[in-house]
Amino acid sequence: MEAHKKTIFIVDDDPDYLFQLQVLLEKNGFRVITAESQREAQKIIERTKPDLAIVDLMMENEDSGFILSYQIKRLYPDVPVIIFTAVTAETGISFETELGMNSRWIKADLFLPKGLRPDQLIREINKLLK
Amino acid sequence: MAKLKILVVDDEPFIRSGIHRILDNFQVDYPFMTEPYEFEILDAVTGEEAIEIINNHQPDIVLLDNKLPGIQGVEVLSYVKNKKLDIVVIMITSYASLDLAVRATKDGAHDFVPKPFTPQELRSVIESTTKHIFLKRMTQQMNIAGKQIRFQFLSVLSHELKAPLNAIEGYLQMMKEKQLGDKIDDYAQVIDRSLARIKGMRTLILDLLDMTRIETGEKEKKIERLNICAIAQTSIDTSKPMAIQRDVKIKLDCPKDLEFETDASDMEIIFNNLISNAVKYNKEGGSVTVRIHKDENNLVIEVSDTGIGMTEEETSRLFQEFVRIKNEKTRNITGSGLGLSIVKKIVDTYNGNISVQSTPDVGSTFIVTLPVQSLTDIIL
Repeated sequence: MEAHKKTIFIVDDDPDYLFQLQVLLEKNGFRVITAESQREAQKIIERTKPDLAIVDLMMENEDSGFILSYQIKRLYPDVPVIIFTAVTAETGISFETELGMNSRWIKADLFLPKGLRPDQLIREINKLLK
Repeated sequence: MAKLKILVVDDEPFIRSGIHRILDNFQVDYPFMTEPYEFEILDAVTGEEAIEIINNHQPDIVLLDNKLPGIQGVEVLSYVKNKKLDIVVIMITSYASLDLAVRATKDGAHDFVPKPFTPQELRSVIESTTKHIFLKRMTQQMNIAGKQIRFQFLSVLSHELKAPLNAIEGYLQMMKEKQLGDKIDDYAQVIDRSLARIKGMRTLILDLLDMTRIETGEKEKKIERLNICAIAQTSIDTSKPMAIQRDVKIKLDCPKDLEFETDASDMEIIFNNLISNAVKYNKEGGSVTVRIHKDENNLVIEVSDTGIGMTEEETSRLFQEFVRIKNEKTRNITGSGLGLSIVKKIVDTYNGNISVQSTPDVGSTFIVTLPVQSLTDIIL
């Protein structure tokens, strides 16, 4: 493992999306660990501390992302967590974490919609890793 | 064309006229809306005037400046709040008083627009507010009409339809940017996965059409005396290619001349779904047994497999729409998540019953019983 590379942990139940995200992140100089389910992710975080985690909101359960994010934060309070959600676009439900009450119990640093442009995603990641 | 009334409360004339200009001819459309929304703008210069207009004209949205000549914006806000009016309040505030805006949102303002704002910023606030109002009213209506479930269904559906589109788009993008190399062979997996996702999407759409037809009662039943074994055999033949690939044997145990009065396409859907599931969720070298018999009251169809099986918790969710059991064992199996709920809907139209017995890593048996005597009661 190259010491200077930051490790990003990505969790998504869509294997294609996971693969595409992995290629994108590796191209941008990150080391990538993946998991395809909440359960698999829980096993991995017990023994591995990433530099940043990106989790999909809806996996086995519709709140898998929240639960994972909470668990990651409890184990590693300093690891930034991004929750990826496709919910906003479809339902109009937004979480307004920056301002709203939600940020108190949803322990994520950032909510991003799926389908964000690659350069925007990389910029957000770099901001959180600073 | 639906219309929302927006009341603009600001003592600066150029802000009011600016908002008029920005929102004239502005429309908000949203896939779930039956029609686009447009806006009628009302003006108030003071808070007192605003309250009068609120009482007489019932606006849907109030764009509210806090700094006003008489009573302050926040007082108008608490008036709306105390009267429990169905009005969405958006604060207009300068950047210097952002903390006030944040406090106002805690006190019931829906959102705020920092001043000075660009036309685009205002439009996007109005757009999201319109969606909010639409969803809120729709939810109220649906709760009354008991249609909440339908709405959830639609949002899950659009998620399920978009996921393959996103995947394929991502793969095409990778190819366009030659992310994996210059040769077409470097993209073999990418192409295979794209084709698989397209196939999955097609299945979903077809299943969805089936389901809609059943639900709306559009699918007419042509009840006739049918040889059930022959229909089962056709379904087995349809699943054969997949079964051969996975080295799964399918056995049919059916009294040759078994006849039953039913609709042929309903029976096909039931057999196709149960048999293809039994093959898909099987183990390499496993087997599927289709057993059909008629007792005094029922036609009984049993489809057993020697596959991965399910836990009790998993079987309890099985017949819901879009439920696909997700675990390590099912990760490479594709499906629309609608098959079993379609089967259940059809079985229901016959006043029949479907049940499942399953043991993890041993296999599952699905049992469909269709009553013989209730043919006249069938929901046509």
